[in-house]
Amino acid sequence: MASHVVPGVLGHFVHVDGACDAIRELKAGGHADLTVYSAAPNHELEDAIGDPISNVRLFTLFGGLLGCASGFGLTIWMSRDWPLLVGGKPIAAIPPYVVIGFELMILFGSLASVAAVFILSARKSLKGRPYAPEFSDDRIGVFVPCPADRAPDVQALLERHGSVEVSHDA
Amino acid sequence: MAVIAHDPSRPTQSHAEVTRDVVRTITDAPTRGYYMLVAGMAFLTLVLFATVVAELKHGIGLAGYAPPIMWSVYITTFVFWVGIGHAGTLISAILFLFRSPWRTAVYRSTEAMTVFAVMTAALFPILHIGREWLFYWLLPYPNQRYLWPNFKSPLMWDVFAISTYLTVSSTFLMVGLVPDIAAVRDHVSGWRKKLYSALSLGWTGADSQWRHYTRAYLYLAALATPLVLSVHSVVSWDFASSIVPGWHGTIFAPYFVAGAIYSGIGMVLTLMIPLRKVLKLDHMITSYHFDNLAKLTLFTGSILFYAYAMEYFVAWYSGSTFEQATFWRRAFGPNWWAGWTMIICNAFVSQLLWFKKIRTNLTSLFVISIFINLGMWFERYVIVVGSLANDYLPFAWGQLNPTWADWFLLAGSFGWFGLWFTLFYKNFPIVAIQEIKEMIPMPRRKSGEAH
Repeated sequence: MASHVVPGVLGHFVHVDGACDAIRELKAGGHADLTVYSAAPNHELEDAIGDPISNVRLFTLFGGLLGCASGFGLTIWMSRDWPLLVGGKPIAAIPPYVVIGFELMILFGSLASVAAVFILSARKSLKGRPYAPEFSDDRIGVFVPCPADRAPDVQALLERHGSVEVSHDA
Repeated sequence: MAVIAHDPSRPTQSHAEVTRDVVRTITDAPTRGYYMLVAGMAFLTLVLFATVVAELKHGIGLAGYAPPIMWSVYITTFVFWVGIGHAGTLISAILFLFRSPWRTAVYRSTEAMTVFAVMTAALFPILHIGREWLFYWLLPYPNQRYLWPNFKSPLMWDVFAISTYLTVSSTFLMVGLVPDIAAVRDHVSGWRKKLYSALSLGWTGADSQWRHYTRAYLYLAALATPLVLSVHSVVSWDFASSIVPGWHGTIFAPYFVAGAIYSGIGMVLTLMIPLRKVLKLDHMITSYHFDNLAKLTLFTGSILFYAYAMEYFVAWYSGSTFEQATFWRRAFGPNWWAGWTMIICNAFVSQLLWFKKIRTNLTSLFVISIFINLGMWFERYVIVVGSLANDYLPFAWGQLNPTWADWFLLAGSFGWFGLWFTLFYKNFPIVAIQEIKEMIPMPRRKSGEAH
């Protein structure tokens, strides 16, 4: 079975300002579903793409709170489950348990942040979208999904903004 | 015409040159020297595990420790390696939050060093248990005896702190590696292509990936920052929350954290000074970076100097005869040589770094880093062994008589650490490709200021 290919036009850029101008004009022209490749994050590209701030922070917050609650819950419940007096301290002594609560907050918060990258990135499938190895080197790639009849217009737009190489995928 | 000085923290290469230079460190055929290094490290690792097997058969009494020094070389070496593991997260997370651009060239290697150092450290408490196969008793799991661990014990805090630190620092390293592995994937062929394709987890550098990745990396750094400070604080409380003279100090947490970072940067210098030559990365890791590392060493070394002085002052000022006797013995007792090695190597040698000529001379910096490694192992030896040797009760005093098992375990730990690090630097990008590229302005068609 042939793999699914998203039809569209892929432009290679060397200059960041040219790529940003192309992205802005494409978005203004109704091309909302662009994919922009770059070797490193870049604020100009982020501004041109205009996506809202990532929701990773919510995962981090939830993971951290869950970890902290788990740490205190674990220690207090286990102390009460087998109440053994140690060193004259209360059965459930909060100050020593702060360490466990803190460590689990960091652990769960960190793992939730990483999980968030996988979960949130998977929401936009990149399957079938073309990619070129130069994008991890020194070029910026702008892929514009569009039907074949609109491809010449998109190609002209990309070239006008300095695209050094353009390829079509049917 | 105004002349704009070159910012030494900014790389001078193009994006393509950065990729080429770093990928070359992986694809260049290993030299005979590299194979010999791997073989040497593998031999020391074998020595470590052969000693462990001998101890499994005959008991940990093979090591020369006896009451009252039951922590001996095991815990000394444990604290030493945990300390080494602190510089990586300081440089990769804390300096990332402070936006220190010079960290970019060295943080990957220090982060890898952190993970391997903590992996080495974690061996020692497990070996010290004696019955290693029962280490899981430390974990809170439902069991037939209806028992739970004692969370009021600092040793349990340590279990949570070290395992969290190992998990988070490994995660931080691997997350940072993904875009760089993808860059390597696009420049290699054959079995390497397959390997790096699998390890790059489908990374393409698409905007939807960067958007979430950059945020997650920022939050990971924000979480790792308090973690790195907490871990060695918790390790210090293993000692400070007891009543042993020489251990029961309120300054232990900051004292241990500063010492950990000091020792970690010492190891970074020991590893990076030869490595940049071997990998021909002199143009990326320059004397500017070593100057900054040396300044960090000076800063933390000065904190240590103050902490050592304060320990002696507090022992005198407390009026406690036990504290006073402990510190007297550190300087003039049977282990005076260890006490003075610690003070000279850590407090005094670090002060040489006030001089820029020394900071920017890599040979002198390398020699100083060896003194730091030596001094920081002896600091832990003095604290662990020296304090336990003379407790409150004179009839229970004793001395440590290390045997071949102690030294083999110590030497083997360097082999285990070195083996991982040596395999890492030849198979993964030792310099962070994407972060270096982030610092290089992208070419523009129109003149004008970048964003």
